[in-house]
Amino acid sequence: MTDLVSLLTTRHAYVLFVLLSTIGLYMLIANQNLVKKIIGLNMFQTGVFLFFVTSAYRVGGSAPILEGGPYVSPLPQVIVLTAIVVGISLTAVGLALTIRLYNEYGTLRADALREVIGDE
Amino acid sequence: MSDILLPLLVTIPLTLAVFPLLFGLRFKNAGWPIALGGSLAVTAMASLLTAEIYTAETTDGQRFIHEMAGYPAPYGIELVGDGLSTLIALLIGVVSVAVLIYGRTTGPQSNAFYSGYLLLTGGLLGMALTGDLFNLFVFLEIVGLVTYALVASDDSGMAAYGALKYLFLGTVGASLYLIGVGYALVATGTLNMLDLQSTLAEIGYTDPLVQASFGFILIGLLLKIAVFPLHTWQPDAYTYAPDTVSAYISALVSTTAAYALIRISYDVFTVDFFAANPLITDAVVLVASISIVVGSLLAAMQTEIKRVFAYSSVAQFGMIVVAIGLNSQTALFGAVIHLVGHGLMKATLFMGAGVLSTAYGATTVSDYAGLAKRAPISAGAMAVTGLALVGIPPSVGILGKWYIALGAVESGSWSVAIVIFISTLLTLIYVARIIETLYFNAPTETSHEEATASESVDRVAISDSPVTDGGHTNQVAVERIAVVAILAVSTVVLFASVDLFATLLDPVFGRFF
Repeated sequence: MTDLVSLLTTRHAYVLFVLLSTIGLYMLIANQNLVKKIIGLNMFQTGVFLFFVTSAYRVGGSAPILEGGPYVSPLPQVIVLTAIVVGISLTAVGLALTIRLYNEYGTLRADALREVIGDE
Repeated sequence: MSDILLPLLVTIPLTLAVFPLLFGLRFKNAGWPIALGGSLAVTAMASLLTAEIYTAETTDGQRFIHEMAGYPAPYGIELVGDGLSTLIALLIGVVSVAVLIYGRTTGPQSNAFYSGYLLLTGGLLGMALTGDLFNLFVFLEIVGLVTYALVASDDSGMAAYGALKYLFLGTVGASLYLIGVGYALVATGTLNMLDLQSTLAEIGYTDPLVQASFGFILIGLLLKIAVFPLHTWQPDAYTYAPDTVSAYISALVSTTAAYALIRISYDVFTVDFFAANPLITDAVVLVASISIVVGSLLAAMQTEIKRVFAYSSVAQFGMIVVAIGLNSQTALFGAVIHLVGHGLMKATLFMGAGVLSTAYGATTVSDYAGLAKRAPISAGAMAVTGLALVGIPPSVGILGKWYIALGAVESGSWSVAIVIFISTLLTLIYVARIIETLYFNAPTETSHEEATASESVDRVAISDSPVTDGGHTNQVAVERIAVVAILAVSTVVLFASVDLFATLLDPVFGRFF
């Protein structure tokens, strides 16, 4: 019990990372609405970003600009910046394809699309 | 001096990608010449690099390292060119030139398409040459994004569906890879591949963080490679994409992902990691073996030609992944040959299928009845390449399979050797079916009942097109057939290239094992 409490109080960011990514992944797989699938994908990626940002954290650290004192690690933050850009591009392409599918078939549901296209 | 070629290989296609759109504002057909120029430049530079490594006498000369922007190794990003990565770069160059020539008169012609094409080439080269785990993720996503767009460049709704499916699964794959990279970063504090090699060894290969890191990277890349049961995006993407795009991505996209897995497995985690974690290697071998058998079975069951070849890729990449898990130098040698050989063979087969579908509207195996008489060169090229895929000597197909099976026997994994043998028989089934239909079945009259709505649409489209020569056969540009024939010959000629591969790969494997 105390293990769980100490996990939640000291490692809550990592718990949140696991929760966010698994909920996002579940949403991507289980939800039939294409837009919600994309939202799920975003949640999954946000979870991963949270993991990187958390790994850079240190108690009492400041922004890594040379003025003395402990700094937080700048590398994971740069990585997250890049990954956010990648994530936004993916969302844009995904939404563009969704709009095309909607114009073509008039539905946003993946199961309906599978039926129309005859995908096994 | 030659190390300057490494950044040029990546930046030239990426920079050139701007110009088709830019010049497209003024000139309508600016895209194709620019893309061809870029691809030819890439091929020339990759050949130069390969020749230099091939003729180098010292081990130092067989490996070029370029520090981007002059920042030294663990802090900056390195580009690394050794025998293995230049081989992949050369394959990328050759296939992109071939596909461009093939696609001059067919497929999407917009300037945006050629911009995407150059971006994809640059992204693939980046994946092949980078020496940094996170940089690899960025290039993986560049390749992914452009591939989704190119698959969707066909106007049909089905292409958009295939692309979106690919986007969902591909993004999950890349994100899982990123989690793995994150674990490695937390464990060691570095992202440079060579630096990781030593720091991971210090931490110990049985550390849960290191094991989890490899696990996430492995599953992420297996998704990108399309190994059963993570392959579901791949048949749709290959089938619904335009012919030129299918040929290009089937030859290169999964190939570079498999190359990345080889690089990370042996350069970052090394053979000692595999030796310390027998469970992981067993799991890799098991999954890959299932992929070989199921992929071949599914391929034998398909009726649509492009789907046959798509599922066949699932099986062939299973073979390459099996070789990674076997932890044997001979098998890995076979895997690299098969990587290059499979790329050339699949490009040929998809392009040949594209010629026959433009000319006769043939998209299923039964449509191929008697086409060998009407299209002797394309049908012959497809037959030769198909037999190469089965592994009939002399061809590059037998070389790869032979060394993988030999490595399996050497390391005592008889089951893997048997699986490869079974898969060869299954490959023979679907290739023989295609060849039999091409050569020995009487041509069916096209007025058979099951002419579906889509077929009649095709016919209307064909009679509208200016190059119709009467009936429902369509003229195919000569260079398309020539490209298919030349590539088919290359899959046979490469049978004699073991020494070339050995000279290039021995120094690399010397470091791995």
